[in-house]
Amino acid sequence: MAARLVKITLLGLVVAIAIWAAFPLAENHAWIGLGILVATTAGLLYLYLTRRHIPAKYLAPGTLLLVAFQVFPVLYTASTAFTNYGDGHRGSEEEAVVAIQTASVTQVPGSVQYALSIATTGDPATGPLVFLITDPATKTTKAGDAKGLKKLDPADVTVGVTGKVTAADGYTVLTAGQASLRSKEITALAVPVDGGAIRSSGLSRAYEGKAGRLYDKGCDCIRDTTTGKVWKADRRTGSFVAADGERLAQGWKVGVGFANFTRVVTDPDISGPFLRTLVWNFVFAIGSTGGTFLLGMFVAVALHSQRVRGRNLYRVLLVLPYAMPAFAMLLVWRDMFNKDFGLINNFFGIGVDWLGQPMTARIAVLLVQLWLGYPYMFLVTTGALQAIPGELSEASRIDGAGPWQSFRRIVLPLLMVALTPLLISSFAFNFNNFNAIYLTTEGGPFQPDNPANGATDLLITYTYRLAFGGSGAQYGYAAAISIFIFLIVGTISAIAFRRTRAQEEVYA
Amino acid sequence: MRIRAVGVAAALTLALIAAGCGDKANKSDKSGNAAGASAGAKATGELVIWADDKRAAALKPFADKFGTENGVTVKIQAISKDQQTTFVTASQQGSGPDVTVGAHDWIGNLVQNGAIDPVQLSDTQKSGIAANALKAVTFNGQTYGVPYATENLALIRNTDLAPQAPATIEDLIGTGQKLVKDKKAAEILCLQVGQTGDAYHLYPLYSSAGGYLFGTTASGDYNPKDLGVGTPASVAAFKKIAALGEKGSGALKRSITSDNSISTFTGKKCAFLVSGPWAITDVKKAGIKYDITPVPGFAGGKPAQPFLGVQTFYVAAKGKNKALAQEFVTNYVTTPDLAVALYQAEPRPPALTAAFDQVKGTDPDLAKWQAAAKDAIPLPSIPEMAAIWDPFGKAEAAIVGGADPAKTIEAAGKTISGSINK
Repeated sequence: MAARLVKITLLGLVVAIAIWAAFPLAENHAWIGLGILVATTAGLLYLYLTRRHIPAKYLAPGTLLLVAFQVFPVLYTASTAFTNYGDGHRGSEEEAVVAIQTASVTQVPGSVQYALSIATTGDPATGPLVFLITDPATKTTKAGDAKGLKKLDPADVTVGVTGKVTAADGYTVLTAGQASLRSKEITALAVPVDGGAIRSSGLSRAYEGKAGRLYDKGCDCIRDTTTGKVWKADRRTGSFVAADGERLAQGWKVGVGFANFTRVVTDPDISGPFLRTLVWNFVFAIGSTGGTFLLGMFVAVALHSQRVRGRNLYRVLLVLPYAMPAFAMLLVWRDMFNKDFGLINNFFGIGVDWLGQPMTARIAVLLVQLWLGYPYMFLVTTGALQAIPGELSEASRIDGAGPWQSFRRIVLPLLMVALTPLLISSFAFNFNNFNAIYLTTEGGPFQPDNPANGATDLLITYTYRLAFGGSGAQYGYAAAISIFIFLIVGTISAIAFRRTRAQEEVYA
Repeated sequence: MRIRAVGVAAALTLALIAAGCGDKANKSDKSGNAAGASAGAKATGELVIWADDKRAAALKPFADKFGTENGVTVKIQAISKDQQTTFVTASQQGSGPDVTVGAHDWIGNLVQNGAIDPVQLSDTQKSGIAANALKAVTFNGQTYGVPYATENLALIRNTDLAPQAPATIEDLIGTGQKLVKDKKAAEILCLQVGQTGDAYHLYPLYSSAGGYLFGTTASGDYNPKDLGVGTPASVAAFKKIAALGEKGSGALKRSITSDNSISTFTGKKCAFLVSGPWAITDVKKAGIKYDITPVPGFAGGKPAQPFLGVQTFYVAAKGKNKALAQEFVTNYVTTPDLAVALYQAEPRPPALTAAFDQVKGTDPDLAKWQAAAKDAIPLPSIPEMAAIWDPFGKAEAAIVGGADPAKTIEAAGKTISGSINK
């Protein structure tokens, strides 16, 4: 019964989440998304309300999570890589047109600013909107709607101290609260007058404005209303371009095919320092993983010996760096490597410009990595050591093996079976360890003749600078780069895992 | 048994659907037929404002006052990190605020992303705002926000160590070197450089030595096609700066960073600090006797121009309640009371002249910051400025470290023009 209750609650929860998600989808007319949602929910209900398909019952939750958190982001990244999505190209063409037209509305030179009241001839919530405007100089009042302006009889109108109309015959003046509920209509209302239109500036002021640039559907272009200059829509780049090459800042998102990928391959800024960066990237990932592993294992083996007293105290002390937030510690280490004010130079009485020279900067980041990472390796090695039966070492001792031989031939191979997958994942993590570099050296030091690529740059920090540093955020380009990095890391991991499997077969 | 389970699940589903629909029905009922109006607890419009932590707290009472005066709900949300990026992304998704508070140099990027609307200020309102602040928020001939505070660099001097304000940078170095020799200070000057440089803090010296970042068009806007980095003028300027570097007099050092420049000054290890109003709180806390004077330029050079930064209220283009947002920004932020409260939250000179006059009597520093801003130029807000910071800063760091100025700055110019034209 309890199991059934759990089942009903969980299924109810699934349905509840589905309903909660359905409304925004329906509101935004995202029919494909809604279809997927309905199909998934129906599938789940069917699966768990029948007695059949037992294996699927176990596989479904994992598969769903895999799709949601792995497959979908990968597909989304891949699809972004084929667009120009980024600063200046975020929305649709319609949004760009709206932004261009809105940005071009200026006050007609020499025109007056009016005091504004928002009124209606009907119900405050639904009736047609009217702007009641007062000329501050002449105190004349007019009523305006989408059709045009109409002069009001002063006898029918009460004007307040601020110059705003507070009451008028035939109109209901809206309070700010009422007006604020109809914000979109107020912003959209333009009362046509000669040479422009009267628009609201907030709820209490109106001005006579004129759109300097208008979209022309016939030529699919933007036209300047005073100079007549034309910017034609270019669907390959997602922007309006004039004949003289001038581009309007507000563009839109378009598919650009393989342009981002070819840019990665052909850009001399990337291909030039690519090999050097890749080599250092490997050195960094292998050095970080290997260094922390060797130190962590050494300490773990040393503390594994029964003869060491106060082992638990040592263990607690050793794990401390792991307990501190890496984020803050990276910044602390960066300051400790400061040439004139850093703890390290002050302590040893030396004047090494640690982060200012390529070799010392590389050593510095590896040292920081060692300090940050060895507690993890120490923990996992300790765990793995404890799982190795003591009899094995004992047997080898009886057979005449020395301690080193016993470690080398018995303990280490068994440890590696357990730890190799962890080492591979640690390698993959460090290969893309953005924080470790960005928070300490920011990729520097940089060669004077190349500010784009530094001595400690990893591929990920380097490409981050290319995609987000120069001309704003270029998500499409960044996505293309990240696919390349994924391919590199994926290949290495695949090879490494295959080798591990071979190793397991030998020792299992 | 199985059928009953199905039945129960179905009933639960129906109940939930009913609950969902009921909620929905209430919602549309409350907002009436008004398009885009959000449903609060009361039938009023809602205004959402984004600001950083400090300003969010100072804004709260005024937002509440605006709310009660107009019968609307005002929500202030504190965004502590990456406010600009968060704002652009959220706006695009339709979950952004109606009003956001930020630096004026965001304008170029916000406009190209269609994230903000221009504001139409009356002539009276315009005349109440400091002229250079108003110029800073003008972009392509449009006013894109209402400024409330300004900030710029100045020379903060420890008057115990250096009683006289230096007239030139050479004077400053002379005094600084003497203090270092007499073991009264450890550094000549605290001007943050760091391993990757700092274009903002270097700019007064760079401009005094004859360099510039972007030329200006006939209408006074920055011209992205006229890049000043990599030109012979910039090489000459960096030759002068190199003489202040680690291989020269040592006034500029990469070991002085954004993290330690102020603390080195408050620790009395240097007599001169180039920084902005944000440093004053720490300086006062350390109990140092100080004076604020303009950043000195090179002897016989051009005036040292710090960048003027302007804190600004923006109307979000994709906000849900734009009319109310326009009302708040153009007709409420332009009143001095709010500017005074924001000044009290953080002591930056108010951009509204009325507010400035109101607080200048109680704070003698304000007039000094203003004097230091005499030659200031607005921080370029064109999107192309994003391409400057990183390469320019790195070139600065390399040259301060002793690299060849001509080679370095020409490479930086190439990188910058490369990413602008991409």
